[in-house]
Amino acid sequence: MFGKKRHSHDRPLFSEKKKKKNFQNSGSDDNSNRAEDAGVLIFRRRVYFCIGVALFMIAILFANLYYLQIISYKDYQTRSNENRIKIVPVVPTRGMIYDRNHVVLADNVPVYHLVMYPNKQYDTKTTINDLNELLNLGLNDHDLEHLLYESKTRKRFSGIEISNFLSEQQIASFSVHSYRYPNVHVVANLKRSYPFADIATHAIGYVSRINQKDIDALSAQGKLDNYEGSTEIGKLGVEKYYEDLLHGKTGSSEIEVNSHGQVIRTLSFNAPESGKDLILTIDIRLQYYAQEILGDMKGAIVAIEPASGEILAMYSNPSYDPNLFVRGIRTKEYARLLNNPGHPLINRATQGGYAPASTVKPLLCVMGLNEKLITPLGSFFGHPYFKLPNSTHKFRDWRAWGHGWLDLYRALEISADTYFYDLAYRAGINKIHEYLDDFGFGKSTGIDIKEESLGINPSRDWKMSRFKQPWHLGDTVPIGIGQGYWTSTLMQLVKAHTTLANKGIVRTPHLLKAAIDPVENKRENYIQEEDENSFKVSDKSYWDHCRLGMYLVVNGPEGTGRRAFYGAQYKAAGKSGTAQVVSIKQGEKYDASKLKAEHRDNALFVSYAPFFKPRILVAVILENEGGGSTKAAPIARKMIDKYLLDLYPNGYMGEKNPKFVKLGMGGTVELQ
Amino acid sequence: MEQSQNKSSLEPMSSNEQKGSFFFVHHIDIPLLLGLMASLFFSLFVLYSASGQHIDMLVRQVTRTGLAFVLMIFVAQIPPRFFVKISFWLYLLGIILLILVELFGDISKGAQRWLNLGFLRIQPSEIFKVVMPLTVAVFLSRSTLPPKPVNTLIAFTLVGIPTVLVLLQPDLGTATLIAVSGFIAIFIAGLSWWWIAAGTALVGAALPVMWNFVLHDYQKQRVFTLLDPSSDPLGAGYHIIQSKIAIGSGGLFGKGWLQGSQSQLDFLPEPHTDFIFAVLAEETGLVGFLILITIYCFIIGRCIYITLNANSSFSRILCGAFTFTFVFYIFVNIGMVSGILPVVGVPLPLISYGGTAMITLTVCFGIIMSIHTHKKISYFRKN
Repeated sequence: MFGKKRHSHDRPLFSEKKKKKNFQNSGSDDNSNRAEDAGVLIFRRRVYFCIGVALFMIAILFANLYYLQIISYKDYQTRSNENRIKIVPVVPTRGMIYDRNHVVLADNVPVYHLVMYPNKQYDTKTTINDLNELLNLGLNDHDLEHLLYESKTRKRFSGIEISNFLSEQQIASFSVHSYRYPNVHVVANLKRSYPFADIATHAIGYVSRINQKDIDALSAQGKLDNYEGSTEIGKLGVEKYYEDLLHGKTGSSEIEVNSHGQVIRTLSFNAPESGKDLILTIDIRLQYYAQEILGDMKGAIVAIEPASGEILAMYSNPSYDPNLFVRGIRTKEYARLLNNPGHPLINRATQGGYAPASTVKPLLCVMGLNEKLITPLGSFFGHPYFKLPNSTHKFRDWRAWGHGWLDLYRALEISADTYFYDLAYRAGINKIHEYLDDFGFGKSTGIDIKEESLGINPSRDWKMSRFKQPWHLGDTVPIGIGQGYWTSTLMQLVKAHTTLANKGIVRTPHLLKAAIDPVENKRENYIQEEDENSFKVSDKSYWDHCRLGMYLVVNGPEGTGRRAFYGAQYKAAGKSGTAQVVSIKQGEKYDASKLKAEHRDNALFVSYAPFFKPRILVAVILENEGGGSTKAAPIARKMIDKYLLDLYPNGYMGEKNPKFVKLGMGGTVELQ
Repeated sequence: MEQSQNKSSLEPMSSNEQKGSFFFVHHIDIPLLLGLMASLFFSLFVLYSASGQHIDMLVRQVTRTGLAFVLMIFVAQIPPRFFVKISFWLYLLGIILLILVELFGDISKGAQRWLNLGFLRIQPSEIFKVVMPLTVAVFLSRSTLPPKPVNTLIAFTLVGIPTVLVLLQPDLGTATLIAVSGFIAIFIAGLSWWWIAAGTALVGAALPVMWNFVLHDYQKQRVFTLLDPSSDPLGAGYHIIQSKIAIGSGGLFGKGWLQGSQSQLDFLPEPHTDFIFAVLAEETGLVGFLILITIYCFIIGRCIYITLNANSSFSRILCGAFTFTFVFYIFVNIGMVSGILPVVGVPLPLISYGGTAMITLTVCFGIIMSIHTHKKISYFRKN
């Protein structure tokens, strides 16, 4: 109001009274003036009302913003970070597996997958079809449908795998055309590969896709977090037993992604710990040789270094290619393995329960001597058969006319059955069970693979719980020659004979020699946990008597293994065994030609050399092949020859750094 | 009287007065112009970030804004009586174009909104953002105020016709804005509270009918989504959730210009147009919001001042309607982006990218300037 008077051209001031005056003065007619006046008044009120509403709206906006940005700030900040920050597991590199000479047995090789990130800009179906044609992916309509389904149900921002295992040619032709498919990428990762295929499958085992069972097991052990992002896990053999060592520790990487899941940058990186490299005790050359000499025969060979318990070879024939399982075995292939009459999936060295037959006679001698049931030179007349008192049942000797006068040495050399029928009868099942337990029958050998059956170390309790029948005296007699209820795995037999060869020092057979940390290059050797004095006898010389008997088997004039070991350049010891698979009726003769193939005898042979300081002990089982001394002994001989004369002729455990490893059939493998 | 003002400006006076008179002569309102320029300047920063640091986009927007300002100045030169004269024809043209759109319109995002004239694509519904208040203001100011019931009915019919035509496109957002701008005009003119009460009751009764017969599924979905965004986090609710996360994570001071992870990593839908406020709120926080609101309040305040000082009922109604429709735009956009209103395609005035909306607004402000600067000053000089 002050300005108005001073400045003539001043703009109207914001004042109601003045306004009224103005309008009153400007009006031409009194009535219209009044009407206009009322109109202006209402107008002003309405404007004020609208200002009120506007302020109210702004207040609402402010209150909401205050709520979002100040009160809920923490919550939304977290959600914003969750939006953009993804924690991606970084899978550790699985440890390599080498043989004792550093030959690679299990390798990690890069494989390439074709991954598509479905995107609205590109039609999924056309893209897949184009790529299928371009790269010859061989996808049929069913696969296509499956992929389309997957693309719709996938998690937001995750890709779908159009193809895994791209060939180099496919990668090359994709990279030429990749500009046309900006949402398709080739992703590389490492897959397990076993260069020796079926040679050492039962020992090394394999890795395969993690399934629900594995997930349950891992989560029960609280290890599931460590498998975030991993796709494979050890399923068999060493791969399974040393899974924890091989797998390593999963790392993580914090990445920033945009709303399409594209990685913008890495915020932090927590490196994974690579799995440990394993050096096995196996010599792949010996392993290969075992496969070679077994040929088509069903059976298994175990070679061990008795002093240390290191398994030099463990081969079960027939075997199979573990790479099939890594790739993801097809149903047909798996059915073929399952239905194969040779049962390749079974590890005959640790899972096959066989009657150990005569191979266990030296072990029973240890019992007889320690229990003072026999003396080394005590005479025994070997009848054609053994009869229990007051019984007509004849336990026949393998030689229809008997062996005549026997002492312990000759009884072993010639493998006289009646001597051991008598010994078993006099010892009784309780004593036998006790000693067999000490030798490791009927329980785990402690070998570092999980595929092991326990065999049967028979006892009164065992028969009662198994057959609900009391133990008969007649049940004890065949135990003396390793038959009857007694079953054993080849590995148990190996362990028991190792104890004998070591003169009472028990060694756990094992496949792991050392685990090496690939980053720090720290080596951890396998620790033998067996107590050195776990097997005690009252006189150490008992061992020598039994070992001498085994020496005669190979070197004596009547020895069952003398032909097989004729002309050997080392002094060996051994014991043959021929196990009946079906019982022969009283008064009938065993005739292999009359029996079905699967009912023929199993051939066994255990031997070690050199005699005084054994460096290798070999056990062989051949299913349904007949006599142990004729079939199994030559194979044991070949194994020992190969090891002592060819592979390590100078006596030391291999060259320090061999450049090449000779395999059978003239092949060589270049070492790393 | 203007001449006398010219004369007085020739006399020795303070430079301030001279300048003021110069712009007054050229029909430019300095405070309003400054306010608009401040908001546009502010917009360029937000837009640069929201467009993913797209300098081309920025240049295009600056060009369009420049053209829009030239248009605004041009409109400001036109005396208000000219708008009164052409308002009826504009209204008729708009209705014809809307019908043409209904018959021949281009379909974009499921709605017919564009009319392709071969050399030009126009959005007739946009015209009504200006023409609607104008027509109502012209019609009601012809007779005494407050309006008589008959006139009120006619005014509502005038508002109703384009609203329904736009609804048919279907474009709920624009239809609402047109209806609201018309309603504000009638309200300011002095709509009887009885009418308002009756209307409210009528709308309340009509809502269920609308829901069942008029609203499209996608529009219903938007309402559902608004009520509970988490019910459909990967579908329709995704935008609202992401937008709220962007705003909420901004906090008091924001993540910093160009540092908004939600905006920069594509989590926001249409960050440079409808959802630009989320970018602003994420990167500059509550402080940024307050700055924006301050600028807006300045513009609104100036417009209210002009409205209150307008010298004819036509001017008052038109200015008031423009002003409060502008407030309504702001409220709808920010409310939608911050999750208290359904998602309707309404850009943030003066900030969002886009030429059409900018031109509509500058035309409105041009008319406001024209009204303010074409007043017969003699009214106030007589005393």
